[in-house]
Amino acid sequence: MFRRLPDIAGDRVSFTIDGRPAEARSGDSVAAALLANGVAACRNTPVSGAARGPYCMMGVCFDCLVTIDGTGNRQGCQVRVAPGMAVETQDGKREAGR
Amino acid sequence: MSDRAMSAPDFDLAVIGSGPAGLAAAALAAGRGLSTVLLDEQPEAGGQIYRAITDTPVRDRRVLGPDYWHGAELLGPLRDSGAAHWPGSTVWSVARPREDRPGDRRLQIGLSRDGAARMLSVRHVLMATGALERPFPIPGWTLPGVLGAGAAQILLKTSGLVPSGRVVLAGTGPLLWLLAWQYLRAGAALDAILDTTPRANWRAALPLLPAFLRSPYLGKGAKLLLEVRRKVKVVDGVTELRAEGEGKLAAVVYRRGDGAEQRIAADTLLLHHGVVPNLNLANATGCAQQWDETQRCWRPTTDSWGATSVEGVSLAGDGAGIGGALAAEQAGRIAALDVLHRLGRIDRAARDRAAVPHREALERALRGRQFLDTLYRPADVFRAPADDTIVCRCEEITAGAVREAVRLGCSGPNQAKSFLRCGMGPCQGRLCGPTVTEVIAAERGVSPAEVGYYRLRPPVKPITLAELAALPKTEADIDAVLKH
Ligand SMILES: Cc1cc2nc3c(=O)[nH]c(=O)nc-3n(C[C@H](O)[C@@H](O)[C@H](O)COP(=O)(O)OP(=O)(O)OC[C@H]3O[C@@H](n4cnc5c(N)ncnc54)[C@H](O)[C@@H]3O)c2cc1C
Ligand code: FES
Repeated sequence: MFRRLPDIAGDRVSFTIDGRPAEARSGDSVAAALLANGVAACRNTPVSGAARGPYCMMGVCFDCLVTIDGTGNRQGCQVRVAPGMAVETQDGKREAGR
Repeated sequence: MSDRAMSAPDFDLAVIGSGPAGLAAAALAAGRGLSTVLLDEQPEAGGQIYRAITDTPVRDRRVLGPDYWHGAELLGPLRDSGAAHWPGSTVWSVARPREDRPGDRRLQIGLSRDGAARMLSVRHVLMATGALERPFPIPGWTLPGVLGAGAAQILLKTSGLVPSGRVVLAGTGPLLWLLAWQYLRAGAALDAILDTTPRANWRAALPLLPAFLRSPYLGKGAKLLLEVRRKVKVVDGVTELRAEGEGKLAAVVYRRGDGAEQRIAADTLLLHHGVVPNLNLANATGCAQQWDETQRCWRPTTDSWGATSVEGVSLAGDGAGIGGALAAEQAGRIAALDVLHRLGRIDRAARDRAAVPHREALERALRGRQFLDTLYRPADVFRAPADDTIVCRCEEITAGAVREAVRLGCSGPNQAKSFLRCGMGPCQGRLCGPTVTEVIAAERGVSPAEVGYYRLRPPVKPITLAELAALPKTEADIDAVLKH
């Protein structure tokens, strides 16, 4: 799990994870915001159904795929969290952006 | 011939990647009069080392350290140079649309920006695409709670996040120690560092020590290492490693030499085995590449000016072979001078003269690199892991399945794709390529140079239909996208 350092700049941003209210900081990627809220797993694989969570944080591994404001398979580490954003963890499908 | 193909190119030069190499290259080229665009998929300049340099929320400058803050010095010259800066631009293809017209030297770049795809025509492309963490496949590395050490460092730089709960770092390489040091500065506690540096590496590295003693890294590196070793439990000589848990990480299991298995309860495991060139774009553009035996990785072939085997395409920085951030900065300038020469702005003598101080600085920055490469070379058992280890995270293919395919006649990574779908997932081999090469080479008993690497094709990043819909469909554009 991850925690925020005490002396940190940035505004608070409210968003939701699977419908539950959550808080992030401006500048967080969606993947960072999930980890900061104790959510380490964000999807299941289509092959075995195993849980996966962000691994590389640099757009390479595609393990951070989530549904953002209704659009599935977005790379959570490459999208910045925005006020009111609805983030949903997802099952199966994993091709980016389809 | 379409109108677009006749018209002037959009820019003289596109620099792809805004880490130290790209920042320095774009500033120099634009400062000397080339119309230049700097592209990067990240929302801010900085690349990996200087990630979030313009907007990191970490206010205490001692946490990220002086080497990080050096990056801020590269931003002013870029601003003053007049280069166009387009962050948030993912490049998915670079191609020459008209091979039948030898007089036309322009290249087409396919990129996505703000959810729309577009093409850009330029006279020269300088790739400064940097490095990736070398895959470190161990049983359980796909469990949530297991991340790359570089990934965790990105969380620190961009969001001021540090791991809480029980934290284990494992692996080898300077970056692992740097991260530990940064965490200590930030007041984050670490439960253990499991050091996988093979003991034999010390013997191999010793003859290279004299050069390292004159390296700028020595003083800094030694201090950092001592500080971490004083404050954190370090377990040396780790030869076996696995992550365990149901649906998320619960424990790290390791072994030293022939010793008994040890188990540590853990919430977060951060893995690191050094970095390797991020070569997907160069590979898909058709640039020749070679196996680097010392760094155990593939790298695109470049000359001393960064020119690749593809006319009009150069490469600078860690994307051309790992040399570190200061070397990347100088290599970027050297490559930019060569572009000025190729595009007729300066003659050869002026190029050579202007490059002298940068070559000297490059040489200084690279001093001692071989020692580090040799010392921190990951052990064979981790580069070509045991049968039960997943090597391809996308398709969930194990090392055992790859070995089985070799026994059935699969001779290299490209065949592994058709045998197993290995490397066919969205990461396009970035997280399995080096391992699959090593596993096949070891199983066949030949050099990785002989088994080869994936032949990649554009787009190097998935593009959505919505993005493509925005593309103007001229003949040249369609050519560029479909050429390969
Ligand atoms: C995760 C990570 C963390 C690191 N942290 C450190 C550190 O703290 N200290 C240190 O000394 N070294 C670090 N390194 C090593 C690193 O390689 C540095 O030596 C340095 O950042 C290399 O500079 P560069 O300019 O060659 O490339 P980079 O700094 O890696 O910059 C490359 C840039 O290219 C962009 N890019 C790549 N492909 C595309 C594309 N297709 N389209 C658009 N943009 C693209 C990337 O987004 C990136 O910003 C790190 C490496 C990694 C992988
Ligand atoms: S965490 Fe790897 S792509 Fe997002």
